Amino acid sequence: MRNTYLTLLVIGVIIIGAVYYLKDPTVYPTKLDQLKEKYSAPHKKKAVDHSKFAVLQKKFKSAQEVTKACLTCHNETAKEIIGTPHFRWERPIYLKNRGVTYLGKADALNNFCIGVQGSEVSCAKCHAGYGMNRTATAMDTVANDIDCLVCHDNSNTYVKGANMFGYPGKSVDLNVAAKSVGRPTRDNCGVCHFFGGGGNNVKHGDLEKSMFHPSRDVDVHMADSGPNLQCVDCHKTDHHNIGGKLYSIEAQNVGRIECEDCHSNEPHASEILNEHTVKVACQTCHIPEYAKVNSVNIHWDWSTAGKLRDGKPFMIEDSLGDHIYKSIKGSFTWGRHLKPQYFWFNGTADHYLLGDKVPEGDTVVVLNQIHGSYSDVRSKIYPMRIHTTKQPFDLGTRMIIQPKLAALKKGVGAYWKDFDWNKAAEVGMKHVGLPYSGKFGWINTIMYWPLNHMVSTKDKSLQCTDCHTENNSRLAGLTDFYMPARDHYNIVDTLGKLLIILTLLGVIGHGSIRYYFNKKNKS
Amino acid sequence: MKRVYIYEGFERFWHWTQAILIIFLAFTGFEVHGSYTFFGYENAVVYHRIAGWTLLGLYVFAAFWHITTGEIKQYIPTPKFMRAQIEYYLLGIFKNAPHPVKKNRLSKLNPLQKITYFSLMVVIIPLMMVTGLLYIYYRVPQASVVDPLNVSSLGPIALWHTIGAYLLVIFLIGHLYLITTGHTVLTNLKAMLTGWEDIEDEDDENEQTENVNN
Repeated sequence: MRNTYLTLLVIGVIIIGAVYYLKDPTVYPTKLDQLKEKYSAPHKKKAVDHSKFAVLQKKFKSAQEVTKACLTCHNETAKEIIGTPHFRWERPIYLKNRGVTYLGKADALNNFCIGVQGSEVSCAKCHAGYGMNRTATAMDTVANDIDCLVCHDNSNTYVKGANMFGYPGKSVDLNVAAKSVGRPTRDNCGVCHFFGGGGNNVKHGDLEKSMFHPSRDVDVHMADSGPNLQCVDCHKTDHHNIGGKLYSIEAQNVGRIECEDCHSNEPHASEILNEHTVKVACQTCHIPEYAKVNSVNIHWDWSTAGKLRDGKPFMIEDSLGDHIYKSIKGSFTWGRHLKPQYFWFNGTADHYLLGDKVPEGDTVVVLNQIHGSYSDVRSKIYPMRIHTTKQPFDLGTRMIIQPKLAALKKGVGAYWKDFDWNKAAEVGMKHVGLPYSGKFGWINTIMYWPLNHMVSTKDKSLQCTDCHTENNSRLAGLTDFYMPARDHYNIVDTLGKLLIILTLLGVIGHGSIRYYFNKKNKS
Repeated sequence: MKRVYIYEGFERFWHWTQAILIIFLAFTGFEVHGSYTFFGYENAVVYHRIAGWTLLGLYVFAAFWHITTGEIKQYIPTPKFMRAQIEYYLLGIFKNAPHPVKKNRLSKLNPLQKITYFSLMVVIIPLMMVTGLLYIYYRVPQASVVDPLNVSSLGPIALWHTIGAYLLVIFLIGHLYLITTGHTVLTNLKAMLTGWEDIEDEDDENEQTENVNN
């Protein structure tokens, strides 16, 4: 009986412990509640109504006149913009063992239209400026070449013209656009960023035209029926420097936007889920699928380009309307509703730079090698898409070729006009100041594209056993660590099971003999 | 035959709580291991942790009880009668021979039990507790950015935890069988449930000791 008190005490402690362990640790209102309240409020009305400014009433004859008008009030803004990567199309990056260099659209090679140099007439359609055919240095000229409208037009009427060095299309009413200016919307950003690489969803996979007005299933943040976030709600700007990094051109772990910025690194009610945030990026579970609406390009083969019908370029579409062949660009493979691939990533990357020699024997070049591993404490698992391309290569110098692609007329070596790779390579490489041996060939290139958008609703996010399973684990490719349920020490499992079976057999055998002798002794 | 009060209330309480917890831990643990699906993975992990903590709490009290009452001495292994006990299980038991070691309030365990429970107490259970806690907390130094304390891999932790789990399952099978080897099949079970056990008389014991000495 003296033990009754001890027993009661133990039961009491266990109950108290259980209550403590099982109690809801959530502090209300939750972070998510607060975010929902914040973003469900309508955006504050503009402090000023640009449509009433006298300076915007006059009939604009050119796009630069609009910029000039903007700068009469925003008289220091030009200096900000001229320094931004958005306008410069490059930023300084530090590459390990190679020091500081500049990298951006202006000089990078990628898996898509390869590179802009020599083809500015066409590519400048997505430059936040005018007149990429000029190399202006005078501050006044450069300042007037800023394209304010492409980002700030809220009338949805402003479009840039094709092959016009970044100037607006001829049908644009500049006065309508100028009077409408305001905070950039998804329409402003998407018109370039959804169509990068020369068509919808060629580049990103998670950024394409369905994101102008996505449903909640497509993107829980930007859904019209949800918080309706605009790009700049997360990609916050500091004096026109826009936050966030794209690892096709970034190399350092700086200036990134993280989910944690809003949601904190303990966003779940479940402690066990929160523990995952040390090693697993939010995106990994919450972006279970990309290219949810329209197809994404997954492979681009430039080597088949150049076929002509009746001397003219043509294109072939598949049943979904995706271009599977274009004379000017080659063959494309598309996919939709794709599962991401998963990689350790610590926010740093190395890049293939124009002029780098590909080592003899290499048949595949990774253009942006992302870094990370399980043992690297700064790495987390991120979802990414891998894009592959077969692109022009100089077999002599072993450099990836920057060909000249676009031009207004035939005969200047532009591939899209003349369909002559040798000439395009020669003219293109000369333009960037690099040698061309004349020995033309092909090389396979790979790019990693981290996925950050198309965040699914909670019920669609990955479940434990999507990864914690022996068969078809989402993380089957990441073999440098032990993960419960996915990984087993086969020898332990085999020996363990064997010993269990032997013990059972021993017990049954011993029991049977006992039973036998027991009966015998009785009789 | 006489009825003897062998197992006190607390002893029975901690034994059965431990039994339920260990069986539950094995069941949830092997789901976490990926052997089958029953509770759902996250539930299995959560339940496994709760059960683990509860068992740890129970052991604190059990250790207190064993030390303060001196009962812990009963677990100290001894080679005395070890051979007799082994011979009993291998031969004597079939001939309906008496148990070689007399059970009473001051000596509840036979030498094989002593060595087995002692091993559990100093090796297997501490192994499971330490690896279990490491399993839960190995990421903490990294989350708190104390890199030098970072455990570089869950692998060895999981390896030893799994080895311990298999050994416990094997123990459990053997234990469940051996409790049927009392005076009757249910004698030991009843004793652990009620505390009271039918023990053979003193006379029998003398006879038995002689047997052992033979």
